Amino acid sequence: MKDRNTTLTKGLDWPLIYLYILLVLIGLLSIYAVEHRENENFVYALTHFSRNFSQQLKWAGISGVLALIILLIDSKFFTATANLFYVFGILLLLVVLVVGRDIKGSHSWLVVGGFQFQPAEFTKLCTLLALSKYLSNVDVDFTRFRSRLIASAIILLPLAVILLQDETGLALVYFSFFLVLYREGLPGILLVIGFSLIVLVLSALLVDKVLLFIIFTAITALVIYFMRKQIARKRSALAVILLVWGFCALFVMVVVPFTFTHVLKPYQVSRINVMLGKEVSRGADYNVMQSKIAIGSGGWLGKGYLKGTQTRFDFVPEQSTDFIFCTIGEDFGFAGSLVLILIYVLLLIRIIQVAERQRSSFSRIYAYGVACVLFFHVAINIGMTVGLAPVIGIPLPMISYGGSSLITFTMLFFIMVRLDADRQMLLR
Amino acid sequence: MSAYNQSRKNIILVIFVAILAVIAMRLFYLQVIEKKYRLLATEQAVQRKVVYPTRGIIYDRQGKAVVNNDALYDLMVTPREVKQMDTAYFCELLGIDTADFRKKLHRAVVRNGWVRQSVFAPLLPKDVYGRLQENIYQFPGFDLVERPVRHYPYHCGGNIWGLIGEVDSSIIKRSNYFYQAGDFVGITGLERTYEPVLMGQRGIHYVVRDVHNRVMGSYDHGKYDTAAIAGKNLRLALDIDLQQFGEKLLQNKVGSIVAIDPKTGGILAMVSSPAYDPNSLTGSDRGNNYMELLRDPGKPLFNRAIQAMYPPGSTFKPLDALVALDEGVITPAYGIHCVGFYYGCGRVLHCTEHWPGHSKNLETAIAYSCNSYFFDVFRKIIDHAGNVAQGLTQWKNYMNAFGLGHTLGIDIPGESSGNIPDTSHYDQIFGTGHWNSCTIISCGIGQGEILETPLQIANGVCLIANHGYYYTPHFVKSIDGDTTLLAPFHKKHVVTRIPDTMYRTVVAGMAQVVAHGTGRFVQVPGVEMCGKTGTAQNPHGKDHSLFEAFAPRTNPRIAIAVVVENAGYGATYAAPIASLMVEKYLNDTIAAGPRTALKERMINTVILPDYLMKDLKKNKQEQDSVKKVAVALKDKKRQPRKAYAVNQHP
Repeated sequence: MKDRNTTLTKGLDWPLIYLYILLVLIGLLSIYAVEHRENENFVYALTHFSRNFSQQLKWAGISGVLALIILLIDSKFFTATANLFYVFGILLLLVVLVVGRDIKGSHSWLVVGGFQFQPAEFTKLCTLLALSKYLSNVDVDFTRFRSRLIASAIILLPLAVILLQDETGLALVYFSFFLVLYREGLPGILLVIGFSLIVLVLSALLVDKVLLFIIFTAITALVIYFMRKQIARKRSALAVILLVWGFCALFVMVVVPFTFTHVLKPYQVSRINVMLGKEVSRGADYNVMQSKIAIGSGGWLGKGYLKGTQTRFDFVPEQSTDFIFCTIGEDFGFAGSLVLILIYVLLLIRIIQVAERQRSSFSRIYAYGVACVLFFHVAINIGMTVGLAPVIGIPLPMISYGGSSLITFTMLFFIMVRLDADRQMLLR
Repeated sequence: MSAYNQSRKNIILVIFVAILAVIAMRLFYLQVIEKKYRLLATEQAVQRKVVYPTRGIIYDRQGKAVVNNDALYDLMVTPREVKQMDTAYFCELLGIDTADFRKKLHRAVVRNGWVRQSVFAPLLPKDVYGRLQENIYQFPGFDLVERPVRHYPYHCGGNIWGLIGEVDSSIIKRSNYFYQAGDFVGITGLERTYEPVLMGQRGIHYVVRDVHNRVMGSYDHGKYDTAAIAGKNLRLALDIDLQQFGEKLLQNKVGSIVAIDPKTGGILAMVSSPAYDPNSLTGSDRGNNYMELLRDPGKPLFNRAIQAMYPPGSTFKPLDALVALDEGVITPAYGIHCVGFYYGCGRVLHCTEHWPGHSKNLETAIAYSCNSYFFDVFRKIIDHAGNVAQGLTQWKNYMNAFGLGHTLGIDIPGESSGNIPDTSHYDQIFGTGHWNSCTIISCGIGQGEILETPLQIANGVCLIANHGYYYTPHFVKSIDGDTTLLAPFHKKHVVTRIPDTMYRTVVAGMAQVVAHGTGRFVQVPGVEMCGKTGTAQNPHGKDHSLFEAFAPRTNPRIAIAVVVENAGYGATYAAPIASLMVEKYLNDTIAAGPRTALKERMINTVILPDYLMKDLKKNKQEQDSVKKVAVALKDKKRQPRKAYAVNQHP
């Protein structure tokens, strides 16, 4: 019973692994479809290494090997080296700032021996390990403000460096870790405040400033009117209400316009405006419009595999990477899109089930982190292809073309699988 | 810590599922509810391309292709893609200068914009195409696009085939938008009449294109495509060798030849001189050449065979004789005594013959073309009814039945109707009751108000050759895979009542014309030809020389009419030319000896009116001086090559 083989597979959560393999296969088929031309067969795509398809096949192979290696490593290795990973990751990000290469408008790529590599992808893993390590420390009391501040700092440090690299999309991914903090005890009010801030930003962009100011004032007046008894009882309530009113007014009148004119890059402003439907500038709008046309032309059941016209003939830009979902939408229609989303939902549910069965906090926090990162990627990526989210250029997990992305997700994923295999062990 | 466990896990799950559900709903809206994206996708990626069929080929009676298709090339330019290149070299290849180059490029931009392809130089000559094709890769933005044009291997018959040209807005509107701008359509001649069968059926091809507008293949494996069906071929009754021979015989003369197969009405040859080479109207110079033809005082684009109206002169006499016989005003034996004058109307009317006996009966009167005899006969026809108006109307009805005074309905457009005068015409001129058979006596010998097209003269010969019927003259014998268009040409037009014996008498007279009458110098060896000379006075100068004939006498195979303008007696030019045509058609060659000598003489004779003679000389001088200037310019052009960058536009 206790031979090597059973040790390797012991405790592995097969549903997770099956879902992972399924997604990688869908990715490969989609990339093949994008590049498929009439009168070409599978062998052609396979033997032409300049093709994205054969490249991705290579990365999938490397990922498989990497997954095996991770499964062979002792779980304690990850807790022991988590902080080391983090330091290494931050150093790597700083190195990129100095010697990085500008590719596709961001200064976030390292080119080593012909390989392009985006450390910002990799540092997701480092940050999550460090975050899990810190929060699972028995000495840390997460109800204390100091601990929350440190946890936030662990998340925000790489985020800040990545922002400096002009890779806004990947930087935003780090915000998903705050959902992990919420699971670990961060007050829900903070989530609400965060959400409110987003609403404020959006309304500041969509509604006229003066009108917004009038609306805020009216709401405040109403609140004061309805709470007049409480206010009479407790004077400080009025102060709080007025403070909130003042903050909102200041935020929409000054902070947001200032950010848009002085902090964000013009292309970022333009992308946000396009998403909000405020701008129909040809360049920024074009990608989303083409993506919507491709997906929308799929109908109920799609045009059939390899039959799409929009995705195959370069109408949709970045088809293999950021807009890979268009291929599925066009070739397989609503049915196929829904199946893909359901696969992701199943995966997320499974990961959270797995997270909740862990004995050690490290494993649980880590698994939640994986779930949150995956969710953020999926929601934003598909959201931007259908025009619900700004085009920030983050890949669809396991499906989009790209070595950095696939390998990072493989490592994130299989470290979780490895930790889960040792769920009875108490890791520190 | 674990206090938050279940509730927060669930909240996180709810957030996940809720947001993904919103995305799924958005997808449902985009893919299932909203239809516009499907249309947009088709609009973007699928292009409807019209595939033009090849135009039908025209064959002559021996199956020789007389009008076929050739490919010339248009030099196209997409101004935006024009990059830095060796413009001087390009201009040298094309034979233009850099100022021209800039002008043409500018014109392309003005017409079609920067992005769309437009014609830079149309219909390149073959040598220019050859030079350019090897080097076209050096000139980004330029492309050679094939364009089918007509080719005429025998360089003749331009007025028969007609022209094809780009449709104009009126044609488009008339066709109920079947034709689209840029389409080619038959404008004149057979090309126009048979446009519906020649053009074929356009095919529609749906192709998928990529974002750069490159064609990536057919849409849905060509499920919705319709193939272009090539135009149907026309098979003519025309004999192209005879046509060429006829044009040669009439060169440097003004006139016309119409030869018809009397058994079918099929036209064997239709010459109008001066002629032109139809190939000159297909190449890059077609615009200039066309203008030149329009300006030419010899009017080469005017199809004399069907559009020019001549007084038929004595060629008219056999028809008069038929009417007289049928009306019973004379018998074949009827004769008069003519010594060169006709006095019947109180004034002297001349006859070309004056020896006694040349009008002793109908046959000899026809053979020697006695004017006095036919003045007399014509007066009898008009007067026998007792009332000139009635007589003239009766006579006119005969003429109309003979195919005169109205268009015949030949299968090329532009036919003239000729003229047969009626009573109202004379009433208008002389007043009712103030004219009689003497007033209009010149009609008796085919002068006066009578006008016929050469086609009508030839058709009249067919009628006599057939002893009483004709088929509407036409070019097309059959159309591959179509019969409906030709139905009107299979209808026999029978001239009722006139008995066969009367035709025999007239035919005998016409046989004597050639045997020993006015046409005795043009006998065709081995063939009994029946003919009639004509010398038509006209207000434009010297008499027109006319001849009509059919042969052989029994079982006729060719009926012919020849008109040579201002050439004098019918017997001197028209008759020899007609006899050569008959010989060529029936014997396939011209017999050696005097016949070949006659042929050479006819070919080499120049009979041009003064204005054309002057023009001929002037043209020659002009051409010489133009040549000199061209040589000078060519020397000047040889300047050092200089690379010149075209302004680049994004």
